Amino acid sequence: MVGMGKGKREGRPPMRPLTPRRLLSVCAILAGVLFVAVVFSLRLGAYSISSRDIVMTLINGMIGRTNQIPSEFSLVVFGLRLPRIALGILVGASLSVAGAGFQALLRNPLADPYVLGVSSGAALGAILSLSLAPHSPLAMQAAAFLGAVGTIAAVYFLGRRGGQLDSSTLLLAGIISASFLSAIISFLMTTLAGRDLRGMAFWLMGDLSSAPPADPGRWFGWLFFVFFIAAGAIYTTASDLNLILTGEEEARHLGVHVGRVKLVVYVSASLLTGLAVSVSGSIGYVGLLVPHVIRMIFGSDYRLLIPATAIGGAIAIVFADTLARMVVAPTELPVGAMTALAGAPVFIYLLRRRMR
Amino acid sequence: MSGDADSGRPGAGSGTSSTGASWPPGSGQNPARVLVEQATYAYAATGRDAPDFTLGPISFEGNRRELISILGPNASGKSTMLKLLAGMFKPLSGRVQIDGSDASELDARVRAQRVALVQQESALLFPLRVWEYVLQGRYPYGRRLRFQSAQDCRMAENALLQVGADDLRDRWMEQLSGGEKQRVILARALAQEPSLLLLDEPTQHLDIGGKLELLRRLRRLADENRFTVIVVTHELNLAAEFSDRIVLLQKGKCMRTGEPTEVYQRDLLEQVFQAPLEVHLTVTGKPRVSLRDQDLPHAQAKAGWTIDPN
Repeated sequence: MVGMGKGKREGRPPMRPLTPRRLLSVCAILAGVLFVAVVFSLRLGAYSISSRDIVMTLINGMIGRTNQIPSEFSLVVFGLRLPRIALGILVGASLSVAGAGFQALLRNPLADPYVLGVSSGAALGAILSLSLAPHSPLAMQAAAFLGAVGTIAAVYFLGRRGGQLDSSTLLLAGIISASFLSAIISFLMTTLAGRDLRGMAFWLMGDLSSAPPADPGRWFGWLFFVFFIAAGAIYTTASDLNLILTGEEEARHLGVHVGRVKLVVYVSASLLTGLAVSVSGSIGYVGLLVPHVIRMIFGSDYRLLIPATAIGGAIAIVFADTLARMVVAPTELPVGAMTALAGAPVFIYLLRRRMR
Repeated sequence: MSGDADSGRPGAGSGTSSTGASWPPGSGQNPARVLVEQATYAYAATGRDAPDFTLGPISFEGNRRELISILGPNASGKSTMLKLLAGMFKPLSGRVQIDGSDASELDARVRAQRVALVQQESALLFPLRVWEYVLQGRYPYGRRLRFQSAQDCRMAENALLQVGADDLRDRWMEQLSGGEKQRVILARALAQEPSLLLLDEPTQHLDIGGKLELLRRLRRLADENRFTVIVVTHELNLAAEFSDRIVLLQKGKCMRTGEPTEVYQRDLLEQVFQAPLEVHLTVTGKPRVSLRDQDLPHAQAKAGWTIDPN
């Protein structure tokens, strides 16, 4: 494994570029960690179930022997906790891959859907669609996507100085856009009479407790389908992104179709952000933190980074949501508050390290 | 598109091997590797950052094993010429051809297999090992997710050896000195197995020893790899020492092309560089340029002369 340690005197490892085998083994290890996190999260709650029962319930559920599962287990595991965890996996993976995508696209290691204001744009889109067409769930996803696309375009143009993308101007543009969009959202929320204000405020902070619609299987099927299309599209550009990260001009000279790659990543990362925000509100810093942690452990090769980040993001959100349910039990924190508690200090640390 | 023209490239996995001199450079039997014919280029008047600027018409040829230097004062169009050669710009008129096809018409990846450009290094966003950086030069040859093959690794090792940077292989890019970084960037370009190697002011941040070493190395690489090397530089004497041909530019106009002795004429150089210069020949017959002594202030003061512009 290519360590990212700063050790200056190491032996001489052979030149070891990424192989499919190493890619698969890293993903398998992370998937194992995710499974453990899921079992851990399924156990916890007002109704306590042992790990063994959880695993048996999951296995029986997977092989279709639902008659072997006690009905209260079935209700708690499949009816309540698993949908929430599945939502967490989807949201964590989407935001992390979007974050990694934006970091490469904008050549800025501090880029993240939340910091760039893209999440706020998506939230505004979602709220507008809620007030205009409250009963069509897909309209909400589409509106969130459009909000994300519009915001990142605006931030991109505001973040340029002298025709060049400027790192700190870009971050400022993102933060200002986010606060501006939040103001519009507050305005909308107070003027839209008759809606559940507290629920909406909770949702805005990032929350996974919203109940899935009547047919959760189909609903999740669609969401994960969109996720795999968008994340897959970003993944096809992984080796191009590696070169773009060392310089756009150089990438062009090495044969990368830079414009095409940027368009794919721009649309897909916006789609992923819109998808995540439309189901869970704006959960911050996941898209920033997870790619960084993965980079520190496995290196910055995007061919490995993107799948590892997707699973890592899922682990992070499942973990954060479990904590959010536990810390102030029997009530719960919005998971967005949890990620911000951990993410904001790390963001500041990264920012300060960069400025040195 | 590339098949026939690629036939002369050093065999895969044998970056330094030569297939034997099937044709002497300049014999006229084969088309030149690099052909610039009456090429012109102009920045549009609407461009906000670029002033109105016209380049050319320029004509010259580059053959295998040749080292060509593009000289000229600042803002003479050297970098624009390099962009034309790299296929990033399409000439307004005339032709810029690499191995018989127009550089700007080639598919990006095919072009990257033929032309490598060494520029001033740009800042890396995330830490990268030297070997990872050099392997990027194999990108134009990859497929799908571009997992690098054992052969790609061999080519990268080879490239590092050729620039004498083998021992840097496992270092982090950000820990290298200016000269070391320059060699690693050159290695990445070699890993592309180009038939044309372009360098944009590669001597800029090097001391005199480093400059000499780099030009020597380029000269040797041109011979070993049988490719054409084109260097944009301000180093008049090093260019004269190592180049087969010089292209002299001033304000976008091509003032002269030819062998160093043809181009290094006192009047011409003085006019182009706006400085009192002296040209003499060394024992090896290479022209050498220096500042004209009697025009320097201290010399004038010593001799009690007054300035005579003629």
